[in-house]
Amino acid sequence: MTLLNAQEISVRYGSLAALDGVDLCVHDGQRHALIGPNGAGKTTLLNVIGGSTRPQRGTVRFDGRDVGRLGPGARARRGINRIHQRPAVFPTLTATENVVVAALPRVIARRRWWPGGRRRAAQHLAGPLLEQMGLTAVAAEPAGHLAHGQRRQLEIAMALAGRPRLLLLDEPASGLSAIEVGRLVELLQALPRAVAVLLVEHRLDLVYALSDTVTVLRDGQTLAAGTPDEIRTSPLVRQAYADGVA
Amino acid sequence: MSGEVIRRARGAVAALVLAGLVVAPWVVDDYTTALLARTLALALVGVSVALLTGVAGLPTLGQTAPYAAGAYACAVVGSRISDVGVVQLVVAAGAGALLAALTVPLVVHARGVIVLMITLAIGELVVTVLGRWRSVTGGTDGLAGIPAVRPFWGLPALASDQARYLYALVVVATLIGVVLVLLRTRAGLVLRAGRDDETRLRASGHRVALHLSGAHIAAGAIAGAAGSLLVVAQQYISPADFGFDTSALLLLGVVIGGTASVGGALVGAALVIAVRDWLFGVLPGYAPLVLGALFVATVYLLPTGVTRARGRLRPPAAPAHQPTAAEQATVPELRR
Amino acid sequence: MIAVAAGPNRIDPYLIPALDGVAYGLLVFVAASGLVFCFGVANILNLAHGLLYAIGGYTAAAVLDGGWASLALALAVGVLAAAAAGALLAGLLTPVATGNHLSQALLTFGVALAGGSLLVAGFGPDDPQVRVPAALEGSVMVAGHRYAAYRLVFIVVAAVLAVALYLVVRRTRAGMLVRAAVDDPEMVACLGVSPARIRAGVLAAAGALAGAAGVLGAPIIGPGTDTADTVLLLSLVVVVLGGLGSMAGTLLAALAIGEIQTLGVALLPSAAPFLLFAAMAAVLAVRARGLAGRWRTT
Repeated sequence: MTLLNAQEISVRYGSLAALDGVDLCVHDGQRHALIGPNGAGKTTLLNVIGGSTRPQRGTVRFDGRDVGRLGPGARARRGINRIHQRPAVFPTLTATENVVVAALPRVIARRRWWPGGRRRAAQHLAGPLLEQMGLTAVAAEPAGHLAHGQRRQLEIAMALAGRPRLLLLDEPASGLSAIEVGRLVELLQALPRAVAVLLVEHRLDLVYALSDTVTVLRDGQTLAAGTPDEIRTSPLVRQAYADGVA
Repeated sequence: MSGEVIRRARGAVAALVLAGLVVAPWVVDDYTTALLARTLALALVGVSVALLTGVAGLPTLGQTAPYAAGAYACAVVGSRISDVGVVQLVVAAGAGALLAALTVPLVVHARGVIVLMITLAIGELVVTVLGRWRSVTGGTDGLAGIPAVRPFWGLPALASDQARYLYALVVVATLIGVVLVLLRTRAGLVLRAGRDDETRLRASGHRVALHLSGAHIAAGAIAGAAGSLLVVAQQYISPADFGFDTSALLLLGVVIGGTASVGGALVGAALVIAVRDWLFGVLPGYAPLVLGALFVATVYLLPTGVTRARGRLRPPAAPAHQPTAAEQATVPELRR
Repeated sequence: MIAVAAGPNRIDPYLIPALDGVAYGLLVFVAASGLVFCFGVANILNLAHGLLYAIGGYTAAAVLDGGWASLALALAVGVLAAAAAGALLAGLLTPVATGNHLSQALLTFGVALAGGSLLVAGFGPDDPQVRVPAALEGSVMVAGHRYAAYRLVFIVVAAVLAVALYLVVRRTRAGMLVRAAVDDPEMVACLGVSPARIRAGVLAAAGALAGAAGVLGAPIIGPGTDTADTVLLLSLVVVVLGGLGSMAGTLLAALAIGEIQTLGVALLPSAAPFLLFAAMAAVLAVRARGLAGRWRTT
């Protein structure tokens, strides 16, 4: 079933068209990758879907409802969560508290009117998530003290704590070491199938490892879309990348 | 391990201070007891300043506004309607909360120094209104002859300074307890997260403006309740009790105490107010001059009072912050 | 303490307060523009701004003897003294310049407290009398009403001052820098000018403006123990209402406050205490969320 349906999205910065009538569909549980040379509009499209950029034209429907007028917070409440290129965590809060804060807007507590009831309910979510991300040892550390890779994992834990139905990942491997990238791939592959993923990544090995559908953008337009195998063998895409690199 | 030691030491100090406060009225004279009662009221306002400045990240110079609203509401109720302390407290807290709620739109979308400026204007305007609205506030002469309060229906009126002081102490201790409990719920956590990174908090789906409004109104209620204690302690109030210098002194006390810590705010505010009262006692003519010099000296000694607050929030944590955290720590009150 | 006594021979209940409002508003404008500079360019909330005005006011009271020469002397001394006080304040701020804005504001408050005490010690606790030049002591006819000559002249002088200020900010290089700095605080750092010098310059300029306002406005908001607080409050309200975006906004806000304090009080005496509050609430309600763009950038 279609979870996200973005149609005819156009974003202009002055005379420059960052996106020019792009369509994008993400189904429930799909692992969808956006690739393309630098300046193709990948991050802009992610911003439009996340709600931090408003397109001049086009509609964004999520779960059958128009979310075009909602900001990032309102979209997060509906289930679109985002991982940023630079990990955004709360530096003075502990890792656990970070996850608790992220979980709170969508957590349901049995004793929600009891002081601390919702916080305790969120706390129950945090432990397993931190364990899943391999952060149990640093759960009580302030997030500002964590290494870059750990912060990335923490941010993923935070995004999952918000019970997303669609996870937007903006170059999650940037700034990570080879070992950390390996861990990240394992983590992302182990994500529950109830979560759909939209991934922007320029490393094609990650894209092929993580996605089941790939959309190629170039100069703000859709160049091609298909399975990783189709994209890998497409001469059009090779040409685009060769141009982009050159 | 050291965290455990610090926690125990802190608990011991708090217990000692509380014990000292309980026996204080039998050690000092009546005048000092009355001064102490007033200091307790101001320290409670200091806690509300710390809630806004340190926890919510809205530095304020205007908490005298709900403080004054609570005090005048309590004085009017006390002289005309009821001498029951609980009623007066609730009315005063309600008045403070109402004033804070009315000023929410002015404050909640601004950040940093701009909040200081707007809250200062609000506080000063309230004092101006108090000075001019003679029919209710008695103008610059203030309201005098407010009858002694009885804490609860059926209890005797508090006739001595000692009794009034102990009443103030019980109320302050209870309210501080409530604040500490509330800070342990999600409210405190979310406010601290917002002070760290507001945009991120919003992106997680939190309604930041709503949280800040709630904090502002709660702080107003606390300051209003403190106003009722001032009436009990002095049985007389005038606009001079709520001047701009009081706000600045409280903010200084809160900065000394480490902005985000409730205990620190109590101690810092009480200390600053005590120094002021003492100076005005021993150096009537030159007290403002010395006080001003002390202000400057204190600021020099505590150039990073706010940074210390962060360390204090999490004593066991290692002091070495990474660049992003350090950046955050230097200007946490400036979320722009 | 804020209300202005209307002219001596009040015949028409509206014209004279309205004129007073203009005089009052222009005075507040000149005083507040110094605060706007401090705040917009150096990002310092200067709680000693009222003190700088009071310095000008006390200078006027001490120097003015009814002659023109004394007015010129008072103006020169007042402006210089207030500018020097501003520069001194900038010097005091240097050790905490890298600290947070909270401690800076608190430091300026300490200076205001100590400075106010020194002024009272030097000039006595009573509000001093201010003698305007003899030629301006009488009243003139304005559209059939008598009006204090000094206030009329003040309106003209203050208007000239406001225009001059506008031209400086609009047309000169320094003014361009000021506008750029207000728009983008980061930019000042990129210019390579030392921040300490910028701070000293801005605070001295703010002092000069406040000092000039204090000398010229002494017959309107006279020197006294409450003066510093009053002027600081009015300036703050002007900044809150007018925002930092434009001088026109500051001027409009100042004139509005002047009229509220005079015409408003004459028209609605019973509501007088709440008028400033109501004005602030109304303006902020209309502009809902942002005063100037810089009010919120989140």
